[in-house]
Amino acid sequence: MNSYKFRQVLKENIGINNPVFVQILGICSTLAVTNVLRNTVVMCAGLVFVTGLSNLTVSALRKYIPGRVRMMVETLIIASYVIIVDVVLKAYIPDISRQLGPYVGLIITNCIIMGRAEAFALSNPPALSLVDGLTSGLGYSYVLLIIAFLRELLGTGSIWGVRVLGEWWINWNIMIMAPGAFFMLALFIWVVKGNFMKEKKAQGSASTPAPQAASTGGKS
Amino acid sequence: MTEGLFAFGVFFAAIFTNNILLTNYLGMCSFLAVSRELKTSVGLGMAVIFVMTCTSAINWLIYYYVLVRFDIVYLRYIAFIIVIAAFVQLVELVIERVSDVLYAALGIFLPLITVNCAILGAVLFMVIREYTFLSGLAYGAGSGIGWALAIIAMAGIRTKLNIRSKVPFGLTGAGITLIIAGIMALAFMGFAGMITIT
Repeated sequence: MNSYKFRQVLKENIGINNPVFVQILGICSTLAVTNVLRNTVVMCAGLVFVTGLSNLTVSALRKYIPGRVRMMVETLIIASYVIIVDVVLKAYIPDISRQLGPYVGLIITNCIIMGRAEAFALSNPPALSLVDGLTSGLGYSYVLLIIAFLRELLGTGSIWGVRVLGEWWINWNIMIMAPGAFFMLALFIWVVKGNFMKEKKAQGSASTPAPQAASTGGKS
Repeated sequence: MTEGLFAFGVFFAAIFTNNILLTNYLGMCSFLAVSRELKTSVGLGMAVIFVMTCTSAINWLIYYYVLVRFDIVYLRYIAFIIVIAAFVQLVELVIERVSDVLYAALGIFLPLITVNCAILGAVLFMVIREYTFLSGLAYGAGSGIGWALAIIAMAGIRTKLNIRSKVPFGLTGAGITLIIAGIMALAFMGFAGMITIT
């Protein structure tokens, strides 16, 4: 296992194959909590934890999982880690846990986790899978953190609950309500895709294998 | 009587004011991927309505008669996801035997549904809000119908969009779909105030 492979994985997951704006996977469970930055940070930390460790576990067990029931086994592994996250949140930060409500549990059906387990962990050694899981979790998290930052700033004029914009700022209520997240994510995708993906369009389908493989497992 | 009325309110609230897709962002992945054509959207929508209604009922029974009774509530995620997966598999087997027409219409969508976050989401909301059995059933059915309504409307809009509109490169595909979803969510906010559910 050389460091080149690790760097390759890192580059893919943070940049050119970023799960959110290239593959548009797994935005369901976390987009809902992006109206407050603090909740998003907690949620993303939980997600990175689950993605990394479930990838590690699936990869370690990959020779023993029968092919026919592998989806079920993967789901159970993911669900076990989500239960750990849920219990820890309930014990240490009960107020945030209450605000997040069902969304912690919904990490189970987040397509990215299943997608990485299917596309990567089943055919790669544990250490590399762990790195892959952690980095795709991070690649996903930073997009949502940017969205949460902008939504909280524009919607309430504050960051992390502290007011940063002065009295002159009129809150854009729409930003903290449901449509705000749709518009913000769409604008983000527009900016990224319009400015940084032009060269990829010229290359044609140079990097199609990975998204294709991921999409077979991650249709949630 | 009042309970029946409450369930009725929950049913309508789940369709309009608290639409599971447009206000809770659940089931986005299949929404973005499948809403290209009207016909497939209708098929998937029907399958979601059916599965969501039935799994809410089954999971309600499992939650209150097994998990709460034996004090193993922390296992609920695993229990719910197994119930959903098993139910979908069962339905697939049954309709394959019973009706070819129905299987051709819904069969290919059923495996997709197991991992649809909207199903698990509806069940979790039902449990967290402590609905009675009747309201839970109404909530499951309402959420399913709301989801189907949203995806069918989106498919209609996208079909028109493909014919004669020039979308900037950066917005093609998911971007424009998200913007349309945002506008739809705005439109659905017009229903707010009609009914509120807790």
